[in-house]
Amino acid sequence: MSDSAVAGHPVASPYDDGPIRLLTAATVFWGVVGFLVGVIIAFQLAFPELNLNEPWTTFGRLRPVHTSGVIFGFGGNALIATSLYVVQRTCRARLFGGEEAGYFLFFGYQLFLVMAAWGYINGVTQGREYAEPEWYVDLWLTVVWVVYLVVFMGTIMKRREPHIYVANWFYLAFIVTIAMLHIVNNLAVPVSWTGAKSYSLFAGVQDALTQWWYGHNAVGFFLTAGFLGIMYYFIPKQAERPVYSYRLSIIHFWSLIFLYIWAGPHHLHYTALPDWAQTLGMTFSVMLWMPSWGGMINGIMTLSGAWDKLRTDPVLRFLVTSVAFYGMSTFEGPLMSVKPVNALSHYTDWTIGHVHSGALGWVAFISFGAVYFLVPKLWGATRLYSVKLVSLHFWISTMGIVLYITAMWISGIMQGLMWRSYDQLGFLQYSFVETVAAMHPFYVIRAFGGVLFLIGALIMVYNLIRTARGEIRDEKIVLRGPAAHRLPAE
Amino acid sequence: MPTKIEKDAVTGTETTGHEWDGIKELNTPLPKWWLYVFYATIAWSLVYFVLYPAIPYLSGATEGVLGWSSREQVVKQLAEAEAAQAEYLEAIGGTELAAISDDATLFEFARRGGEAAFNENCAQCHGVGGAGNPGGFPVLADDVWLWGGTLEAIHTTLQHGIRWNDDPETRFSEMPPYGDIFSREEIGQVADYVLSLSGQVPEGADLEAGATLFADNCAACHGEQGGGMNELGAPRLNDAVWLYGGQREEIVSQITRPRHGVMPAWGGRLDEDTVKMLTIYVHSLGGGE
Repeated sequence: MSDSAVAGHPVASPYDDGPIRLLTAATVFWGVVGFLVGVIIAFQLAFPELNLNEPWTTFGRLRPVHTSGVIFGFGGNALIATSLYVVQRTCRARLFGGEEAGYFLFFGYQLFLVMAAWGYINGVTQGREYAEPEWYVDLWLTVVWVVYLVVFMGTIMKRREPHIYVANWFYLAFIVTIAMLHIVNNLAVPVSWTGAKSYSLFAGVQDALTQWWYGHNAVGFFLTAGFLGIMYYFIPKQAERPVYSYRLSIIHFWSLIFLYIWAGPHHLHYTALPDWAQTLGMTFSVMLWMPSWGGMINGIMTLSGAWDKLRTDPVLRFLVTSVAFYGMSTFEGPLMSVKPVNALSHYTDWTIGHVHSGALGWVAFISFGAVYFLVPKLWGATRLYSVKLVSLHFWISTMGIVLYITAMWISGIMQGLMWRSYDQLGFLQYSFVETVAAMHPFYVIRAFGGVLFLIGALIMVYNLIRTARGEIRDEKIVLRGPAAHRLPAE
Repeated sequence: MPTKIEKDAVTGTETTGHEWDGIKELNTPLPKWWLYVFYATIAWSLVYFVLYPAIPYLSGATEGVLGWSSREQVVKQLAEAEAAQAEYLEAIGGTELAAISDDATLFEFARRGGEAAFNENCAQCHGVGGAGNPGGFPVLADDVWLWGGTLEAIHTTLQHGIRWNDDPETRFSEMPPYGDIFSREEIGQVADYVLSLSGQVPEGADLEAGATLFADNCAACHGEQGGGMNELGAPRLNDAVWLYGGQREEIVSQITRPRHGVMPAWGGRLDEDTVKMLTIYVHSLGGGE
């Protein structure tokens, strides 16, 4: 379709792509915001003076801006943008509710993000990790999310294909489950209709379990199921190869969906949570290992017969590397849920390293790949402005991730070992403050890893802006990807 | 689109015959190793359910055939840790402070126990190793003491705290705010005199006036030569150690509106043996009398 498009101008498309352009731009915008705040708070941990003694500049206020910025801002916009793009094309149907519904989703979701971030900076928070926004923001998100579900479901209902493509199963599981998680975990009683404060409907360990049932499934359904939806469309498209195994996709989809929802209690090992619930959280996490790897196998093996493209196509490299990181994190996760391992890893930086190998390696890389795929198509460019800059982005970001996660592994395991270390007289070998001092160099390394990741993202922004303008950099590239056949023969 | 099964040229595998936006799917069977590892994790979980607490019912949950519980595990581990130290702790409890150093092993135990307790409870203000911190947190590794550096004095300070209102036996002293008593000029004169006690003579200072004011108002607690008085917690002024800073303006500020540090009484917070071990440790840092 982009053959006939005038470069630099939106393509005349048989689908509702207007809202998707905005959502794609928002993905990139919130990505940069989230990475930047992440870098700031990483330096604050290494150098506490950078908290600057103003309430709104402290780590406590900025940390949720980072987490919500990357998860809901960057990740959420990427999910909504790609899901609306994919569902239309794989159903051969325009959006249910039309372009207007898509625009409502865009503006409604950005309003949610801005209200959440504004609250965090001003100290308005429920104090629930990844569910910090207060009741009024939660109610608004519920409205937006129900519209999202209706638009997505409606588009599937009016499809002109006999079957529902696997990417849409994952997107739908993500949308439905997030709705349930969001509503149950945010059941709260506002103190007044005019104030921001509310109190949770649950108390004590029930409250903790509800929170981590939500928290773990935010990972399972937001950051995993949704992004597997991205994987199932963009990897076969970019590699121009069929999906490796339909049977595997069915089995790993249903086993993943069934098992993930039980795994939350592994966040509460060795707490007041009853032992039986801890057992279930641990065993379901271990059983989750192969269902997760089913996705990895299907993603990577889709390249069978197209491995050479990894050398020449950095967009595909982003997509496939992300799946490799997914495989690594989903091996590490079940491992860390095993109680004796958790006794060492819990409350340490190891958890932070684990989360970021998934967040930077899997979620961000697959989103970068999808955005590089989408922007030329949505803005009607022949191809990306510069493929070399994509490659540069890939290597800088990869170095950033490696620095980040190795620093956190070492720091976390060292921290855990120091906490539990006794001398032969039976006294604690180290005090807490000594562990903090020992972690300092790794905090500095981590912060520089974050800087590299941020620089990579800024390179992407530059590349995408030039691409959207329809410009093409004069560079020698070997094109074997989908764009190749669109270039005039030499 | 009608179902149209094809053979993939690269892998030789058949497709499912469906196509979405150009994407086809191969009908590759499940990888065997994948399936068997999946079964193995399920089997492992089932075994775990039998061995450990797992299945809830209305009024409880299955306890598992091993009879393990995390609560019992922690109780057992704590008891083992206590038993391993019991012999030494008993000896600490039954030995006079001064006599602990007679037994080299016991002394080492007390020092290590004191160090561990110090690093968790005291280092936040007094610094690791008792290095002190600016702003009123005394160095404990030198031989300058506000309330005395003997084992007994250190023990009393630890046990009852300093200016700790909840403890009736707490160490207490208070310097009056001379901003209400002296003129600005007089405060400056006293500050100059105080500086001169440690051999620093500010230019153009009227030391005689300062000396008179000091003798009449300050010497009763700080001593005529500024030697301090441990019984009252009055700091020594004729050395280079300053609790709230030794610059002239810092001394002026301390005379005008004195700041007073507070330390909690550790007697109620830590057990007797730990306070004793802390005493040994602090005493051994360098300046014990």
